[in-house]
Amino acid sequence: MKKILSFVKKELIQIRRDRRLLFVVLMAPIIQLIILGYAVSLDVKNIPTIVFDQDHSATSRRFLSEIFNSGYFQEVRLARSWSEIQADLDYGRAKIAIVVPVNFERDLASGQTVSIQTLFDGTDSQTASAGLNYLEMITQMFGQKILIERLDSLTIKFRPVIVQPEVRVFFNPALLSRHYLLPGIFGLLLMVISVILTAMAIVKERDEGTMEQLVVTPLKPIEIIAGKLIPFFLIGTVDLGLILPLTTFWFKLPLRGSVGLLIGMSFLYMISTLGLGLLISTLARTPQQAMLISFFFMIPMILLSGFVFPIENMPRFFQWLTAIIPLRYYLVILRGLFLKGVGFNSIESQSLRLFILALVINTFGLLSFHRRLD
Amino acid sequence: MESAVIVENLTRKFGHFVAVDHISFSIPRGQVFGFLGANGAGKSTTIRMLCGLLKPTSGQAIVAGYDIYHQSEEIKKVIGYMSQKFSLYRDLKVKENLEFFARVYGLDNKKFKSRVAELEEKIGLSGKEELITGKLPVGWRQRLALACAILHQPEIIFLDEPTGGVDPLARRQFWDLIYDLSSEGKTIFVTTHYLDEAEYCQEIKIMHAGRIIAEGSPAQIKKRYFPEKLFELVTAEPLRIYNWLKEQPEIEQISLFGKKLHLLISSDQVKQIQERWNGLGIGRFDLRPIVPTLEDVFIRRLEEAGGEKGK
Repeated sequence: MKKILSFVKKELIQIRRDRRLLFVVLMAPIIQLIILGYAVSLDVKNIPTIVFDQDHSATSRRFLSEIFNSGYFQEVRLARSWSEIQADLDYGRAKIAIVVPVNFERDLASGQTVSIQTLFDGTDSQTASAGLNYLEMITQMFGQKILIERLDSLTIKFRPVIVQPEVRVFFNPALLSRHYLLPGIFGLLLMVISVILTAMAIVKERDEGTMEQLVVTPLKPIEIIAGKLIPFFLIGTVDLGLILPLTTFWFKLPLRGSVGLLIGMSFLYMISTLGLGLLISTLARTPQQAMLISFFFMIPMILLSGFVFPIENMPRFFQWLTAIIPLRYYLVILRGLFLKGVGFNSIESQSLRLFILALVINTFGLLSFHRRLD
Repeated sequence: MESAVIVENLTRKFGHFVAVDHISFSIPRGQVFGFLGANGAGKSTTIRMLCGLLKPTSGQAIVAGYDIYHQSEEIKKVIGYMSQKFSLYRDLKVKENLEFFARVYGLDNKKFKSRVAELEEKIGLSGKEELITGKLPVGWRQRLALACAILHQPEIIFLDEPTGGVDPLARRQFWDLIYDLSSEGKTIFVTTHYLDEAEYCQEIKIMHAGRIIAEGSPAQIKKRYFPEKLFELVTAEPLRIYNWLKEQPEIEQISLFGKKLHLLISSDQVKQIQERWNGLGIGRFDLRPIVPTLEDVFIRRLEEAGGEKGK
């Protein structure tokens, strides 16, 4: 135990002496969290929209103001020709074009069905499909209003039957995508720091020949590993202590569950990511390789973790693959603890899986570390 | 006398390449034992197997009475190892390196302090404790590496090319340290490719292509592999004479050392050769008998070993 302690001490001295590394370790998560916290959003608002109003009537103006008052669309221009629409879509100045046909007002008044042509820039499928939904909703409501007004003016005491869902959203009532994404960023930052630092620090020992000197000492491989992992566990804990208050106080992500449970689960998660770093270190010869291999593994892990893209939407094979991604379980736990405020019962199965995964990863890491020594 | 190291048929292959080929030897305790050979001869591979850094492909080895296969943990406590490549932490201070290795070897506080004071005195690191290791000159670094390797007072010290890249004066100082350790009863196993350093060893093995091609004390080796007289020839035009002498049937071996030639020839034929040369009327040369250097032995044994391999 004393040996491991002196190892940890040595490691911390080395980290402290490397100013740039120290900066990366302490400041990078904060900076990244702030940038990602502000920039990352799936909410679609203010879609740049070009309008071609061929009718120029009171009704068409009313219809358009309904659209722009919704807040989802922003009028960039009133087009006077089709070619203007084409150009704006081509150059990306607008993502949606709305064309109000001639005789819009007249046809509506005579009770005919009127088509509004809408053109979407499909390259940004996310924005397009969200815009489509909003537009459909607004158009439908506009139609209803017209209908009710007409019925009123006819002085017939008859109302169409309208079924409206009474919506109440749990856990994230404002449907802020930031609340959905922040826990993911949280897990992602912890992973990047612990995987890359661990992998690089172990490979550095091998690269500089100091590993050989360690191996001829009476230190056991497991003591060497512990000496290497514990400092980065401590750093991860410090980073956790920095980004947790930032998420809750700065970004106002509500932490409804237990803080202790969150910290405990984060420790479990870090053990698994440190193990990943250990595993990656056995695949690399130089710190540069360690860095590249880390990214090679982390990018698919992030994409498949359910961070942005729901796992249920993935092909079956990839759904299975996500079983070996610690971030996947941690994410569910984090979302549960932050937004839902659940207790341990609700995250028990996820934490059990994370625990088993941490065990498996570290066992593999240990074995391949052993193999690399011979 | 009890042996510090016993090696039998030790072999290590890397794929098809045989780095160490069935070597056997033993080292008595307290000896300065040298492994001499070119780069890639298998010296480091042998040391690495004895220190438990590399698993042998086959063969047996006992280090300090422990079997390298099953008792490597025991071995590690009683050996010190200094690798060919500098392998201390460059970003730590001198004292931090010393302290780290002392702790790793399980020295307690009191023992550590007295031991470090003793070593700093002996090795001459006093006053350098606060320096960053990576900024030390190479000679100092090597001495610090030695200090770290012997903190725990090992019985056997393995030094793998400890003086590589070190200037001659620092090399000489380093060898003084080796003698000091030897006089304390430590066994020193040192590899080198400097032939002059090999002369400092009590016993040497010359390695080539994974095999031991000559062994014994430096004096024994010279005698054993050079029972004949070796002659030296000094001349202004060595190449011309070299080419001529090479054609003469009496010459067993000839090698060029700058303006000097070393010839292997039996004494009674010296006159014959000289008369033949003088008959050409180009000039004169003198031959004088000399004691062969290890370099002569090395070259001769290499040529013979090459010949054997060719067969």
